Amino acid sequence: MSAVTSQNELEILASRSHLDRLESEAITIIREVVSGCESPVLLFSGGKDSAVLLWLAIKAFAPARLPFPVMQVDTGHNFPEVIEYRDEFVRKYGLELIVASVQESIDRGDIPDPGPTGSRNRQQAVTLLTAIRTHKFDAAFGGGRRDEDKARAKERILSFRDKKGGWEPRMQRPEPWNILNPRIVKGEHLRAFPISNWTELDIWEYIAREEIPLPTIYFSHERTVIERDGMLLSVGGPVVPEDGEVPRKEIVRYRTVGDMSCTGAVRSTATSYEDVLAEVSTARITERGATRADDNFSESAMEDRKREGYF
Amino acid sequence: MSAVSTASNTQVRIATIGSVDDGKSTLIGRLLHDSKGIFEDQLSAVSKASRRYGDGTFNLALLTDGLRAEREQGITIDVAYRYFATPKRSFVLADTPGHAQFTRNMVTGASVSDIAIVLVDARHGVVEQTRRHVSIAALLGVSHLVLAVNKMDLVNWDETVFDTVVTDVAAIVSTLGSSVPIHPIPICATDGENVVDAGDKTPWYEGPSVLELLETLDITPAATIEARLAVQWTLREHGGSDYRGYAGRLEGGAIRVGDMVTVHPHGYSSTVAGLTRAGSPTDIAVPGDAIAIELADDLDVGKGNVIVVDGTHQPVDATGLIADVCWFTDTELNVGDALVVRHASGEVSARVAAITHRLDLETLENTPTDRLILNDIGRVELALSSPLVVDEYTVNRAGGSAIAIDPVTNATIGALMIRSGC
Ligand SMILES: Nc1nc2c(ncn2[C@@H]2O[C@H](COP(=O)(O)OP(=O)(O)O)[C@@H](O)[C@H]2O)c(=O)[nH]1
Ligand SMILES: [Mg+2]
Repeated sequence: MSAVTSQNELEILASRSHLDRLESEAITIIREVVSGCESPVLLFSGGKDSAVLLWLAIKAFAPARLPFPVMQVDTGHNFPEVIEYRDEFVRKYGLELIVASVQESIDRGDIPDPGPTGSRNRQQAVTLLTAIRTHKFDAAFGGGRRDEDKARAKERILSFRDKKGGWEPRMQRPEPWNILNPRIVKGEHLRAFPISNWTELDIWEYIAREEIPLPTIYFSHERTVIERDGMLLSVGGPVVPEDGEVPRKEIVRYRTVGDMSCTGAVRSTATSYEDVLAEVSTARITERGATRADDNFSESAMEDRKREGYF
Repeated sequence: MSAVSTASNTQVRIATIGSVDDGKSTLIGRLLHDSKGIFEDQLSAVSKASRRYGDGTFNLALLTDGLRAEREQGITIDVAYRYFATPKRSFVLADTPGHAQFTRNMVTGASVSDIAIVLVDARHGVVEQTRRHVSIAALLGVSHLVLAVNKMDLVNWDETVFDTVVTDVAAIVSTLGSSVPIHPIPICATDGENVVDAGDKTPWYEGPSVLELLETLDITPAATIEARLAVQWTLREHGGSDYRGYAGRLEGGAIRVGDMVTVHPHGYSSTVAGLTRAGSPTDIAVPGDAIAIELADDLDVGKGNVIVVDGTHQPVDATGLIADVCWFTDTELNVGDALVVRHASGEVSARVAAITHRLDLETLENTPTDRLILNDIGRVELALSSPLVVDEYTVNRAGGSAIAIDPVTNATIGALMIRSGC
């Protein structure tokens, strides 16, 4: 067999798009973590990033079954559409689902009750760490992307967490050539971010290319909302209108999916993958800036939460 | 619609390197800003932070210096990754730290880059850290070095200053014996001269801007060896089917169904019976693809094995390595030390059999030594507890690279470029 690359091969090589390169990179990371760790789990929130992550994981092991379970950290403030979607996805691909409940952490007294309308986003970290300990997971795949936030932009692909689950940005393990070091001792664990290098636009291009199913709230629909701190919050569940907040109907969609109490909708008429793609490619505000009250709170909000064990 | 046209873009990975304060973070901020890669809320957050951490003038470096400690100290500690796309290409930018103590993070950023942009402050010219970073980039084998001579505004846009820096960097590269092409550009990162658009302050410079270069440099790797696949995992279907796929990322060359292969280290021969790429069947795969190979014969193959298409360039089943190492930790490396070496074909224990020389960054000459200290680049010989299937780094980066791990703390303490195996 000749080693010299033929014209045909060069053409195939050149035809590999940035999405192909990102896809191969992610699959390679997922396989490497599975082979280097005893007991991994994939964090599946039902949001678009974790949908892409799960899709890539399924592809990484096809036609074999996914060799690890998926876990949702349930804040109890979920969009019902997201739960419906989660269950359908899990059923369709025959996955093992673990639900770690923030409410149970509150009931056990592990975390203070933020009240029925308080955000439970930050508390998730405690529930997550408890679940990781209980199930003895040594690695958790997350859909974090470096373009989401300036602290995330600093994160390695394999993020080492100490016995308390914390992140120490000054002590990250170097990853030359993306060679990952999965060695840990008992009680420590790893977070793995296979889609680190994807942007929001890459995610949507890939979702459209692969026709990955998503929760319906990512597409335009009518919803009763109030405006709070410049954000459109869906009325219901933890969101109760306060004085001066007038509920009204708007045509909206969501750019991210999180705790209902702090995830804002954006006005949009995008009903298809292509519509959303067009919208995202002309957006002038980041998805977190537009829709996540919790990250705007302080300049280093994300860094602080990551140090505490957040995703 | 622009969104659709980007779908067939190639992706280019870039690292900024160079000494502290030469303008790496500012250049990246400028590229993102001028190519409209920044969102409005990020801009307003940077304005706010500029008031808090600086003299109030808009500080582009704060776009990448995102950790609290970095902002307080005005330095880059760890690599920040940023992304932007033009109609021609999409870019992954790694902004690396200039301080010697964070060299490990610079190596991480530069090791996977196609292009390195070396920043040099025109006032100071080439300094030790420039030599260190250029040497590392050359050793790592980036395809191109863009030499951005920055802060030209502070030297009156003087062409002779520019020429001196260009001559000095070219001398480093040739002393190292590297043939990486150098593309020099005079710039001012703060006002954007020659960054995205050509400016009017350097009439004596007729070349492209930084962005024009990044959009056009050829980064297609020249594949000259047979395809190889280090097996990461064996895929087995449950129930009925006897499917067995050996999963991994393809390196070196293309592979086709029907190709004759050899499995290293034991040397079994077989034929490729089937291929999948990203989970779907295919007849051919090319380097970089995440694939799975089915073999015609029922063999004992798994993690640790490398499947290689038959031909003239076979990897070596090595229990001894000669390698150049970038040493990342405060603890000295001495002859006799125990290490863990992690490579695509496995993780093995190793003992340092010899340390032959280190690179003197003043003279760029190899000087004999028996130990390596933090940030040294030196040559070592390692004895391995069991074989790794290796290539020379210059022939195949994936098969020729490895990391050294401290067996006690589990920290990653060195980056290894394999020169030969035996
Ligand atoms: N006058 C001038 N100052 C610059 C230029 N580029 C960067 N600087 C300043 O040099 C300092 C260091 O820049 P920074 O980007 O943080 O350097 P880094 O350490 O290489 O990332 C900052 O105060 C910048 O504003 C330039 O082209 N001209
Ligand atoms: Mg910097």
